[in-house]
Amino acid sequence: MKTTRWLAALMALTLFGAAACGSDDEGTGAGNGTTTTAERSDDENGDDEAEEASGEITVYSGRNEELVGPIIEQFEEATGITVNVRYGDTAELAAQILEEAEGGTSPADVFFAQDAGALGAISNAGLFAELDQEYVNAVEPALRSPDGEWVGISGRARVVVYDTDTLSEDDLPDSIADFADPEWSGRIGWAPTNGSFQSFVTALRVLEGEDGAREWLEGIQANDPQVYENNTSIVEAVGSGEVEVGFVNHYYLYRFLAEDPSFAAANKYYSDGDPGALINVAGAGILETSENKVAAEAFIAFLLSDEAQEYFATETFEYPLVTGIEPAAELPDLDTLTLPKIDLDQLADLDGTLVLLQETVL
Amino acid sequence: MVAALVVAVAAVIPLAYLVIRTQELGVERIWEIATRPRTLEQLRNTVVLAVAVTATSVALAVPLAWLTVRTDLPGRRIFTVLCALPLAVPTYVGGFAFVVFAGPRGMAQSWLEPLGVDRLPSIYGFWGAWAVLTLFSYPYVLLTTRAALRRLDPSLEETSRTLGHGPLSTFRRVILPQLRPSIVAGSLLVALYTLSDFGAVSLLRYDSFTRAIFNMYRASIDRSAAAVLGLMLVAITIAVVAFELRSRGRQTYHRLHAGGGRTPATVPLGRWRWPAAAACAALVTVALVIPLGVITFWLVRGLSVGEPMRLTLELAVNSVRASALAAIVAVVAAWPVALLTARHPSRTSKVVEVACWSGYALPGVVVALSLVFVGIRLDAARPTIAGVEFPGVYQTLAMLVFAYVVLFLPQAIGSMRSSLLQINPTYEEASRLLGKDGPSTFRRVVMPLARPGVLAGGALVFLTAMKELPATLLLAPTGYRTLATQVYDATREGFYGRAAAPALALVLLSSLPMAYLVLRERSNT
Repeated sequence: MKTTRWLAALMALTLFGAAACGSDDEGTGAGNGTTTTAERSDDENGDDEAEEASGEITVYSGRNEELVGPIIEQFEEATGITVNVRYGDTAELAAQILEEAEGGTSPADVFFAQDAGALGAISNAGLFAELDQEYVNAVEPALRSPDGEWVGISGRARVVVYDTDTLSEDDLPDSIADFADPEWSGRIGWAPTNGSFQSFVTALRVLEGEDGAREWLEGIQANDPQVYENNTSIVEAVGSGEVEVGFVNHYYLYRFLAEDPSFAAANKYYSDGDPGALINVAGAGILETSENKVAAEAFIAFLLSDEAQEYFATETFEYPLVTGIEPAAELPDLDTLTLPKIDLDQLADLDGTLVLLQETVL
Repeated sequence: MVAALVVAVAAVIPLAYLVIRTQELGVERIWEIATRPRTLEQLRNTVVLAVAVTATSVALAVPLAWLTVRTDLPGRRIFTVLCALPLAVPTYVGGFAFVVFAGPRGMAQSWLEPLGVDRLPSIYGFWGAWAVLTLFSYPYVLLTTRAALRRLDPSLEETSRTLGHGPLSTFRRVILPQLRPSIVAGSLLVALYTLSDFGAVSLLRYDSFTRAIFNMYRASIDRSAAAVLGLMLVAITIAVVAFELRSRGRQTYHRLHAGGGRTPATVPLGRWRWPAAAACAALVTVALVIPLGVITFWLVRGLSVGEPMRLTLELAVNSVRASALAAIVAVVAAWPVALLTARHPSRTSKVVEVACWSGYALPGVVVALSLVFVGIRLDAARPTIAGVEFPGVYQTLAMLVFAYVVLFLPQAIGSMRSSLLQINPTYEEASRLLGKDGPSTFRRVVMPLARPGVLAGGALVFLTAMKELPATLLLAPTGYRTLATQVYDATREGFYGRAAAPALALVLLSSLPMAYLVLRERSNT
């Protein structure tokens, strides 16, 4: 510990000279400050429900500006609240929030994440405040955190994207399990390091058991799949004919089709409880240390409003999660996809998945 | 001396952070992470890649430097600029353009389709990563070597020739040894950059060590485990830099007498003139024309389907402002270090230099998180004086500039150090004898002579800061967007049309100072 202090002090010195001396104690004592802030906000919430949301909030968004920028602007126009957004990679922002909370107070009021795993990490560290259940209830329990700390905003289905130059939908097997068949050798693209894929593997472990998941991974691996870094490159590769099928999230394809209508690829949606039919969510939660929880609540409530949910349906081709809002015409209804019986908190065991992936394919 | 130590301490922030994070784990767990067979294999892959990329970069850059500085190569002025510019192409853009162009079913394949070519050989894995990293980083060696080549004393070569050595022998025995510190400085930048790169290796799917580090963050947000891996990279870096320091020796590189103001004679290439020009043109095509061509293609295709351009003045101004400030601060910070290591080599100077390099091979996100660690603590601890709270630093422009300086300091040190080495100390002694005091000598003798190195170092830092991503994302003021973040944001979700205009602007703007320097140097000699 002594060295830690010494190093921290030395680092501080370099940045700002002697002014920052003796800083470490206060830094580690940040817990006290946190409690007071939290108490204060709780009072605000309890005593004055009708308080008008106003002022500024800071959002750390692992979701892309191209996707959520317009809807955030609409929120600002509708409420007069200024939203400062820091865009970045979901996992890196999560690491940043953990780092900030440990050394002081995160400037973030809201964390808007691309996947449930990162939200779980913040939630496990005890950094989220409990959300107002009133609007959270609009989302199916399976698509939000069990303890009410974060809520799903929009959904992405796992699909198999296939090359329409060489395949028709009938050529594809009825279950994702069958891609482990040798007939698919050399024809598959996947991204084992991608977060959404890893959620899918976790689901596979829940549904088929450790051994079933291992068998599937080894089967695919034996088919010598092309390894990509992310969904986008898989879709690109399928469209160009580099591989015939790829395991991806559904909505990337529609983006490619928008830029190039002749793009030669289509999505196959799985159903009937097949593990191929998993839905991943992007979601948001409010930091316990937020000094403007009222506005932060208003922000999340807005993301779950009909207006915003319509936006996700039509502009980003994602699934709206609030019941009663229809997805884009190109997509099959969420109800028709009989999803496997699985709770999002069952997807929390990412470590187990990583161990499995490391033993089999990574 | 004190100033150099302060700079060194700033530069070891990332290292200190990694030590702190690693400490949280037990020895057993650290050992387990560090010795996982998979990890070691990735480490080996990365080292192999770094060696290969560095060797090829030297093999490309040294002849190129000689051709553009010393021969009658046709169009050498324009080649001088064009050959340096691939450095301005970020690997996360260039790598992707390369895949789109040369992939098994990429653009090149579609042109060859009528000839019955159904699929090009795979570019993925080692060869693709090697090619992309070499193409976009060899200019480091080119720039440092060129600078040294231009300042060589021609009389040494003439002496060698007079003593009966042929041109090849002279090159090998006289020129090459003198270029060595510069070649090594450039190689170090290339090697360590290769170790730190994530963009190219992920796009070209080479299983490198940075991928292991990113997996720790991306998949399990495990900062401590990532720190163990980061420390392993630092260890390699320190070993490489220490080896370089040891092999440096005590040669002198400055001109020994005043007669060296002349420009060395231009070497006529004879019948090799045009083949040499063709080789340069081929390199420029592969490293510059193709990536820019692909981006332009995206732009045109995007515009034709009505995609927005996503290029605003604000983005350009933000990029340039942060990068220019970083270049200035980096040069100022590098000065005492360069001076110390060039003029007063000692055990301390070596420690300082190793310290400055220690974080250079770390992926940007590790360095960025270390600065989050420091910045947030500084803000939490800031004093309130007379009721006024001390202004915060975390996520301010100052913080971002500081991050760039920590990240890119060695680039400035490298080129400034080599230019200082080539100043003959007797000039300073003469100035002192003529009655000038220290500061005045420094201002009137050392500064003007070191200027090319200072400018080159600044231009290099500017260019790399322009394309920097991870630190910009985590540490820039919230809402402060740059060309690089805009490109990142658009490409991440497959909006290539929208990424094209900011990507082109990024390459263009970041290469301007470099191009200006390269063009101007000619009129100076």
